[in-house]
Amino acid sequence: MADEHDGTAATGNAEAADVTYLPHEKLEEMQLEGVRRTLVNCYEHIPFYKRSFDEAGFDPYHLASLDDLTNAPFVTKQDLRDAAPYGMLAVPLSDVREIHMSSGTTGVATLGAYTQHDLDFWADCFARGIRYAGGGANDVVQVAYGYGLFTGGLGAHYGALASGATVIPTSAGNTERQIRILREMGTTILCCTPSYAMHIADTALEMGLDPSRDFHLKAGIHGAEPFSDNFRAELERKLDYKVLDIYGLTETMGPGVACECLEQDGLHLAEDHFFAEIIDPATGKRLPDGEWGELVLTTLDREASPVVRYRTRDITRILPGECPCGCTHKRIDRLHGRTDDMLIIRGVNVFPSQIEDVMKTFDQVSSWYQIEVGTDERSLDVVTLKAEANPDFDFDQTGAIEALQRQISARLKTDLSVGIKVRIVEPKSISRSTGKAKRVIDTRKGIK
Amino acid sequence: MMIKQISVFLENDKGRLAALCRCLADAGVNMSALSIADTPEYGLVRIVCNEADKAKAALDAAGYRARVTKVTAVAVPNRPGGLAELLETLDDADISVEYGYCFSHQDGNAIFALKVTDSAQAAEAVFAIERAGFQILEEGELD
Ligand SMILES: [Zn+2]
Repeated sequence: MADEHDGTAATGNAEAADVTYLPHEKLEEMQLEGVRRTLVNCYEHIPFYKRSFDEAGFDPYHLASLDDLTNAPFVTKQDLRDAAPYGMLAVPLSDVREIHMSSGTTGVATLGAYTQHDLDFWADCFARGIRYAGGGANDVVQVAYGYGLFTGGLGAHYGALASGATVIPTSAGNTERQIRILREMGTTILCCTPSYAMHIADTALEMGLDPSRDFHLKAGIHGAEPFSDNFRAELERKLDYKVLDIYGLTETMGPGVACECLEQDGLHLAEDHFFAEIIDPATGKRLPDGEWGELVLTTLDREASPVVRYRTRDITRILPGECPCGCTHKRIDRLHGRTDDMLIIRGVNVFPSQIEDVMKTFDQVSSWYQIEVGTDERSLDVVTLKAEANPDFDFDQTGAIEALQRQISARLKTDLSVGIKVRIVEPKSISRSTGKAKRVIDTRKGIK
Repeated sequence: MMIKQISVFLENDKGRLAALCRCLADAGVNMSALSIADTPEYGLVRIVCNEADKAKAALDAAGYRARVTKVTAVAVPNRPGGLAELLETLDDADISVEYGYCFSHQDGNAIFALKVTDSAQAAEAVFAIERAGFQILEEGELD
């Protein structure tokens, strides 16, 4: 039976298993060596870094400590775009085995190139996600991510192969066939986007199947889209398995940069291949563990497409403390939005997702909201949160609306350290015409 | 011993009240009372009409935040001091009124629609009002 085996004992790659249990000091030594190697590699082989380091007066040959990396300039997605297609390659094209591209929803796609070594460690990183899920040689992994330029499909495929599991490369789509394979082939681990997993679950239920009896799933590795705890709970209930998150991006590798373990409390960074920093996106200053900010990644042994201090624009934090699972690699928290959405209000960084978290604790309001930022006559920022009352909120009581506005405002003040005026509005006041509501309207001068 | 009332949450925006009334008119709803409690930012519009549930459905479909709530409707004698006596009756019984508004019945008498602050006191209010000789109107007696 494919679903009856001991996950941790069945690891396919003993060497890779060891590195996730290394003492952290040892990892830091490896990281310092890796960062030094990458700095020299970038400086000597990629004109962009030569120019950028020289302009910043940064010496790539004498990095004393990982802390000193804060003196190195950042690289942004725009820098990668400007160098497209091959300007960021650190090896001759003849050494490149594979190329992926990020989904360029906003302009030119960015490119990720891989030597054989790069492909091997990518596979190893994704395989950790499978091992953390208790998977290995006795598992059947169904890869329902789209295969192609998108790193999800082949990343999961290589990872499943490296884990020693059996791979079924269904790619995305043809949901009824996915369901037939899940059922008949005894798939134990499903890799796909969380939204597609939900679609599979709903379709299976509509077909009258009982996933706890008809499927043999023990885990799903679902990345590439953020999902809430409620979404996770619903998916786990419907498919009777464990849902694990996985993080990655084409610019640094693909899925597997960080993988969630069965504790479901943060994603373990592959610290033997990446050095992670959290910075204040407004000032660029490095933040201590525990604080929310932008994730910045430096590759340690990427040959074809190395990056030094790549600004991911993803908002997370490094979770302090050790994970009970025993893996020594630090964990990042689940993503909390993008820096593009960040507001700076009276000098405080505010993410719309933080406001959403507060609103979720009030049953009286729906999840539709809009934030208006303007300035008063003294040029101070004034923020108004417009929220919709839920249909069952009893606004007919005198003062009920004012009381609710005050309560939400007080909670925002406690959680975000920013005074935000709350206004309950009519449902139609908040535009939702395009499906995705415009969450933030900033009318301050000089802010686009 | 209560009648249905529609409460609608409206933002203070030009034309909102007119649009609300047009929406009800299009649904064939006939209003016998309308009161507005307003603040600088929004208003609560309270409506007594012939078919509350139909009105609510029409408002929901048009995207309004509307609720069906219940108020006590009391016939007030058409003479000086009529309303004062009613309110004194409630005051004497230590029942406080959350809000109220007057409208006229087709027979020429005034009707006072009121909501007591503490809903647990609703029955007590009815008892006090009737003992003082006022008539409480039922749903259907308004048309
Ligand atoms: Zn763990």
